[in-house]
Amino acid sequence: MQKKSRIDLPTLFASLWLCLMLLIAAAAPLIAPHDITAMDLRDRLSPPFGFGGTTVHLFGSDDLGRDVASRLYYSIRTSLLIAFGATVISVVVGTAIGFLAAYFRGLVEHFLLLLIDVQASLPFLIVALAMLAFFGNSLPLFVGLMGLYGWERNARLARGLALAAGAQGYAGATRQLGAHPLRIYLRHILPNSAATLLVAATVTFPEIILVESGLSFLGLGVQPPMTSLGVMVGTGREYITRAPWMLLSPSIVIVLTAVAVSVVGDFLRDKLDPTLK
Amino acid sequence: MTLLQLEKVSRRYPIGNPVFGLRSFLTAVDQVSLEVRKGETTGVVGESGCGKSTTGRLALGLEQADSGHVLFEDKQLAAADTREWRAKRQRMQLVYQDTLAALDRRMTIGDLIAEPLVIHDIGDRASRQQRVLDLLYAVGLSEHHRALYPHQLSGGQRQRVVLARALAPSPSLLVCDEPVSALDVSVQAQIVNLLVDLQQELGLGILFISHDLRVVRHVSDRIVVMYLGQVVEHGRADTVIDQPMHPYTQALVSAMPKLPGGFDHYLPLPGEPPSPTERPSGCPFHPRCHLAKDICRQTQPELLPLGPERRVSCHLVSNP
Amino acid sequence: MTNILPYIGPKVLRAALSIIVVVTLTFFVLRASGDPALQILGPGARAPDLEAFRQKWGLDQPLPVQYLRYLWGALHGDFGNSMLAGKPAAELVLERMPLTLALMLPALALNVLIGIPVGAYAAMHRDSWIDRSVMMLTVLGFTVPSFVLGLLFILIFSVTLGLFPSGGADKWQSFVLPVLTLGVGGAAMLARFTRSAMIEVLSQLYVVAASAKGVTWRQVIHHHAFPNAIIPILTLLGLMLGGQVAGAVLVENVFGWPGIGQLLVVSVGNRDLAVVQVILLLVALTMTSANLMMDLLYGVVDPRLRQARPGSH
Repeated sequence: MQKKSRIDLPTLFASLWLCLMLLIAAAAPLIAPHDITAMDLRDRLSPPFGFGGTTVHLFGSDDLGRDVASRLYYSIRTSLLIAFGATVISVVVGTAIGFLAAYFRGLVEHFLLLLIDVQASLPFLIVALAMLAFFGNSLPLFVGLMGLYGWERNARLARGLALAAGAQGYAGATRQLGAHPLRIYLRHILPNSAATLLVAATVTFPEIILVESGLSFLGLGVQPPMTSLGVMVGTGREYITRAPWMLLSPSIVIVLTAVAVSVVGDFLRDKLDPTLK
Repeated sequence: MTLLQLEKVSRRYPIGNPVFGLRSFLTAVDQVSLEVRKGETTGVVGESGCGKSTTGRLALGLEQADSGHVLFEDKQLAAADTREWRAKRQRMQLVYQDTLAALDRRMTIGDLIAEPLVIHDIGDRASRQQRVLDLLYAVGLSEHHRALYPHQLSGGQRQRVVLARALAPSPSLLVCDEPVSALDVSVQAQIVNLLVDLQQELGLGILFISHDLRVVRHVSDRIVVMYLGQVVEHGRADTVIDQPMHPYTQALVSAMPKLPGGFDHYLPLPGEPPSPTERPSGCPFHPRCHLAKDICRQTQPELLPLGPERRVSCHLVSNP
Repeated sequence: MTNILPYIGPKVLRAALSIIVVVTLTFFVLRASGDPALQILGPGARAPDLEAFRQKWGLDQPLPVQYLRYLWGALHGDFGNSMLAGKPAAELVLERMPLTLALMLPALALNVLIGIPVGAYAAMHRDSWIDRSVMMLTVLGFTVPSFVLGLLFILIFSVTLGLFPSGGADKWQSFVLPVLTLGVGGAAMLARFTRSAMIEVLSQLYVVAASAKGVTWRQVIHHHAFPNAIIPILTLLGLMLGGQVAGAVLVENVFGWPGIGQLLVVSVGNRDLAVVQVILLLVALTMTSANLMMDLLYGVVDPRLRQARPGSH
C-alpha cells in the first residue's frame, strides 16, 4: 500500500469544477438573471456574449428567447438533485436487498439473486424507457425510477460485505452475544460497510446523471416547464445549425461533470478502499 | 452438577452441487458425547480438522446437530436465532481465537464490553459503566483502556477484552475455542492463569478447545481426545495424561516436552490427518498407527468404558 | 473432458430462469400500467369502439388468461400483433434488426480494433507520455454520453465540414457517424481495461519467469501475456453489451436511424405492448446468452473453475 497524500492536478481541477456545480445548483435562484420561462420573442436565438451577443444573455438565448444561462443554472440544479436523490435511493435499496439476501438463506436468497441476475441482463435505459412511458411521468416517480439504477450492483456489494463480516468475524461474535439480527446489521455491519458503499455511490452518481439526461433528451425524462441538462440538449438539437450554443453549453456541463466525478471517484477509491475496483 | 451435556451429537455438511453433481456428506462431528460440570473444565484436544471447533459451536447451539442431543442446564437448546436461543446467550458465551476479527473495529473497548449488557437489557447506563470498569479490572486491564479501539491493543490485551465481554452478562458456561493459540507463549500463560482464577472465583463451567495438549492439561479436569470427528479417548485429565491408552493419545502425550512420569521416548505420528471426505475404513486412525492390525483396517472400534469416567476407542485396548 | 455438467448445468438453469422472469415481469408490468385501448384510440373514443378493440386484442380476458395465452404463443414464435401496425410484432422487430446490427457489429469491431491494441500498447509503454495522454482521452471517451457525442459529431462533421450526412441510412457515408459514435465509448472502456489486465499479467510470475529464461520480449507478450489477458477482456466485452444496446437506442434516435432502438421509442410512446415485449425479450435473450457464453468460455479455458468446492462452514 502506497500512501498518496498529495492531490494531483486533475483531481484538483475536478474537485474545483464539482464545487462550482454544487454552488450553482445551490444558488441557482439567486444567480439566474432571468426567469427560466420568461420569453422574449424579439430576442430569439441571440448568440452568447463574445460571439456577437450582448451581456443581456451571457450564454445566448433559445428559440423562444429564453435566457440560456438561467436555464443552464436551473438545469444543473435539477439534474444534480435528481441524481442525488436517486443515488441515495439506489444505495439504500441495494444495501437493504443485499443484506436481506445475506441474512436469509435458501429460497429468499435464491430469489433475490435471480432478480439481480435479471436486472443485470437488461440494460437499465431500456427498462426505464418502458416503465416511464407506461406509468406516465411525474417527478417523484421519475426520481424513484432513477433510484432503481444500479441497485443490483449495490446489492451484490452489500451482500458480499455482509457475508464477509459473517460467521467468523464481528458479526458472528455479536450474534453469539444474543443480539437481534437488526442490531447486528444496523449497528455493526452497516457502519463497517459505509465507506465502501459511499465509494460505490460515487460510481452510481455520474451514471445516473447520464441516464437522466439521456431519458430527458428522448423527451421521456424531466418534463417542461422544468428543465434539465438532457432537456436542454434535446431542445438544442433542433437548432443545431442556427444556434449551436443552445446545445453546446449543457453538453459541456454534462461532459465536464461526468469526467470530474469519475476523476474524483478514482481518487476516493484509492484513498478510502483499495480493495474495491 | 452437570452444566452442559452432549449426547451422541453428529453434524454433517453437504458437499457438491445439490442438483447436478452427486450430493455427498462430510461428517465433521460423529456421535460425540461429553459433559461440562459446574466449576470444572472439560478440555477437547485434537489436530486441526478433527471437528473440535464444530463441537464447540454445537455445544453453544450456533449450529444445529443432525442427530443427538445438546442439554444445557438440563434443557434442550432452542433452535438457533430464535428468541429463546438469543436469551440463552446470557448464560453461555464463546471466547475466540481471532480477537481482531471478533471485535468490531469501530467500537471502543468500553462499548464492546457493555454491548452484551445492552443486548440483554441488564442494568441502566450508570450500572453498566460500573460493570464495565469492574470487568476491566477483573481481566487485568485498567480504566484508560475503556476509550481505546481494538487495534490499539496487543493480542493479549484483546484476548482479555474478549474475555471481559464474554463474562459481562454473568454466564455459567464459557466455550473457549483456541483462546490462546494466536498468542506468545509468555502471554498464553497469563491468559490461561487468568481463566483459571476467574473460574474459581465465578464457578464457571468451561469447554476448553485446543490443539495444544500442554495448555489443555493445565486447565482441564477432564480431557476429550478427538480424531476425525470422533472421540477416541475420554477421561480425567491426570489419568489421560499419565496413562494414555489410545495410540493417538500416546503419540500426543509423548510429543509434550519433558513431562515427569510421561513417556521416555517420543512416538512419531507419521503423516497428516486424512481429510474428513476420505475417511479410512475400520479405525480412522489405523493408517498412522504403528500398532495397527488387520482388525483395525476392517472394523471400526467402539468407544468402550474402561473404569470410572474413562472410555477408549481402540481394538488393542478392548481385546488385546 | 471431465464432468463439466455440474459447472454448466446451474448456469444454463439460471439463464433460463432469468428469461422466464423477464417475460413474466414485462408482461405484468406493462399490462398493469394502463389501458392500451384508450391510448391507441384516444380519449375521445366511443365506448362500443373501445369494447370492440379490447375484444379484438383479448384485453377483455382476465390477466392470467392473457398471460398464459401470451406464453403459449411465445413458445410457438407468436408474440402477438402490433396494435399500431396491425402485423405480427416479431415480424416488425425482425424487419428492423438488420439495420440495428449494421450499426452494432461495426461498432463492436471498432471497440476491439481500437480498444485492445491501444490498451496493450499503453500497458507496454506504461507511464510514458503516450500512455498518460491515451488514458486521459479514454476518460473522456467513456464519460461522454453517446447522444452528446453524436450531436457534437453532427455539429463538426455535418454542419461545419459537410463531410457526412447527419441522418438517414441510405448510403455508406450515413454509417460513418453513427458507428463512430457508438464505437468510441466502448473502445475507450476496453482500452483502459486491456491496459490494466495486461499490466497485471505482465507483473505475474510466469511472465517474469519466461523473460528470465531468455525468451524475447515479443515472444513473452505473444505467447504468455496476451493469451492470459484475453479472457477477462472477453468477459468485459460481454458485460459491455448492455451499454452498447442502450447506446444504440440513443444513437439511432440522434441520427434518425430506422432500427430497433427507434422502433422501441416509438412503440413505447404509443403503448404498443406487443412490440415492446418482443424488444425487451430480444435484448434479454441476447444479453443472457452472451453472458452464458462468457461463462462457458471461462469454464473451458480455466479448468479450476469447474471443480466443485466443498461447502464451507
